[in-house]
Amino acid sequence: MNQLKNSNIFLVLTLLLSLFLAACSSGSSASDGSEEKIKLGVLEDVSGDFSLVGVQKLHGTQLAVEEINENGGLLGKEVEIIAPDTQSDNTRYQEMARKLILDDKVDAIMGAYSSASREAIRPIMEKNEMLYFYNNQYEGGVASKYTFATGAIPEHQIETLVEAMMEEYGSRFYTISADYNFGQISADWFRTIVEERGGEIVNEEFIPLGESQFGSTISRINEAKPDVLVTLLVGQEQSSFYGQWALEGNTDIPMATTVNMVQGYEHLRYEAPALANMYVTATFMEELASENETAKEFVDKFYEKFPDDEYVGMEAEAQYSGVKLWAKAVEQAGTTETDAVIEALESGITYDGPAGPVTIDPATHHAIRDVYLAYSDKEHNITFPRKWEAVEPYWLSTEKGVNLAEKDDFSQYTPID
Amino acid sequence: MSIFGFIYQYMDNFAFLILAAIGLAVIFGMMGIINLAHGEFIMLGAYITTLATMAGIPLFISIALSALLVGIYGFIIDRLIISKLYGRTLDSVVATWGISMIMAQGMLIIFGPSIQGVGTPLGSLSIGGENYSVYRILLFVIAIAVLGVIYWVFMHTKFGLQSRATMQSQEIARSLGVNTNKVYSLTFMLGAAFAGLTGGLYAPTMAVSPSFGNSFLMQSFVTVIVGGSNPLIGTFLSGGVLGFVNSALNMIWGTFYGRLGLLIVAIIVIRLIPLGFSGLVEKKLMRGRDA
Repeated sequence: MNQLKNSNIFLVLTLLLSLFLAACSSGSSASDGSEEKIKLGVLEDVSGDFSLVGVQKLHGTQLAVEEINENGGLLGKEVEIIAPDTQSDNTRYQEMARKLILDDKVDAIMGAYSSASREAIRPIMEKNEMLYFYNNQYEGGVASKYTFATGAIPEHQIETLVEAMMEEYGSRFYTISADYNFGQISADWFRTIVEERGGEIVNEEFIPLGESQFGSTISRINEAKPDVLVTLLVGQEQSSFYGQWALEGNTDIPMATTVNMVQGYEHLRYEAPALANMYVTATFMEELASENETAKEFVDKFYEKFPDDEYVGMEAEAQYSGVKLWAKAVEQAGTTETDAVIEALESGITYDGPAGPVTIDPATHHAIRDVYLAYSDKEHNITFPRKWEAVEPYWLSTEKGVNLAEKDDFSQYTPID
Repeated sequence: MSIFGFIYQYMDNFAFLILAAIGLAVIFGMMGIINLAHGEFIMLGAYITTLATMAGIPLFISIALSALLVGIYGFIIDRLIISKLYGRTLDSVVATWGISMIMAQGMLIIFGPSIQGVGTPLGSLSIGGENYSVYRILLFVIAIAVLGVIYWVFMHTKFGLQSRATMQSQEIARSLGVNTNKVYSLTFMLGAAFAGLTGGLYAPTMAVSPSFGNSFLMQSFVTVIVGGSNPLIGTFLSGGVLGFVNSALNMIWGTFYGRLGLLIVAIIVIRLIPLGFSGLVEKKLMRGRDA
């Protein structure tokens, strides 16, 4: 009996001890948790060819994260940015993506400018089941469970642009574009959409990256006399085209683009009239501040934090809104766990961004956005003759049957598939 | 395309190739140094012209200033680094590659990824309904003039005589009292000055950024390889031939094939006449003398 009593007391003591220990350990883990930070990996080009846009995007991230932290952080935790410089180098993108995932153990990754760099890291994200935001204008078509693209895509920029140019100028288009995946696929988009609408592509030229001499291209354009000249040129060297066009080209022909001015602010960097008579479809650009109160607020905040920056372009806003959307989804999910955040992002989540609402389309993981037509006159003054509201990224879901909320996918579709 | 259109394209390509290559050709031909920082010397010239013009100095004086300052810069680089590498061709490749990276990244740190450009001056000329840039026609004239200056420097000055002697046989030149190190230094300075001039001349026609030199690198090396070691005859002939190939292919099939054509010509020339056009000409001249 005595023996039994003793063993009972021992059992109770052990239980008490284990309870105490458990309370201790859970108590200490709770206090650790509140100090722990949520880590956001950022891959942007602060140096190299694409740094002109990369720096804007990094600053967009920093502004958004600073605001989140000032308002008490995410789930009560501070958000920390880890942003190695990817130096416009695709192998470095891959290296740094692995480092962010494996060493830094980040909760989500944002970044990449060129489509080549995005495609370099997308498989790494998929393999490691890492939530990835590509906040950038691109050629469209990426359907991936882990990828969310909040920037402008052909539905936003090309359909609207072709519609506006055809109404205003005519149906004969001439395309010159940079010779890599973005340029090739965007040119295909233009051809598909122009031909769908009964127009004609009189010529299509692909210019090697790094080319800076355009004499023969310009004389070919002059000879073809198109109604609209589509320019999809990329990089510092290729932007030499505009100065040469202003001198040797038939500048009565309007230029239409999806990349210029909004990203690399060529209208401020080059002496007028290099970009005279150019149209671009934009989801954001600094000059919108004159049209739109929220845009003005964003631009003012941006320059207050980064007074030495030269321009707040479309991708700075896309990145900023991307971070805010992610933060909203994390709050909604109550965790940074990838599947839960993806589910929150697929709930039709909306963020009221600087240029209007940005809504994630659950089926395609792309954004529903407002689109503005911007025009540069001879003095490089920017006006906005037209606006389309809530343009939907319909192509992947209606043409390719993609529905990421229902069925996983990990590919990029193009209009000529 | 009209006949004049083609001639204009040809002049444009010829000028670009000659001006891109001339600084490199002088340094390579006379010193055996392969200057991989050539593109960055050109970039430096473009920055000087752009910044000087923005500061209110007339464009053409800015361009002259580019040539002068990049020349002085080249002299300093030569004294600090290149002078230790005379006659060591392969080592010079690594050292100048390092210089090129330091210059490009340094520019990026100081001025950022891009600076505001200067518009192309002199407007355009309208012939038969086509517009032609007057400035680009002027570039062709300047390219020819540069070749003339090189001819004069190397054939009619004491420095030219000494440098040709040094090029043929450094040891004999030195034993006859030529300060070959000084000749090398001045040659490098001259090559750098030409690179600066090229940068200044093209600054108003292109976007100025730290990667400005990349636009010139391929063309300049192809021109020097095809031309061979003689900076005057080699550059002139290869600029002439490559300019024609490039303009013709550009006109028929587009920019991509124009560029492809340059590289194919370079491969053929390396295979058939490894010493380039100047090697071919010299061989012909030698034969003529023997007979």
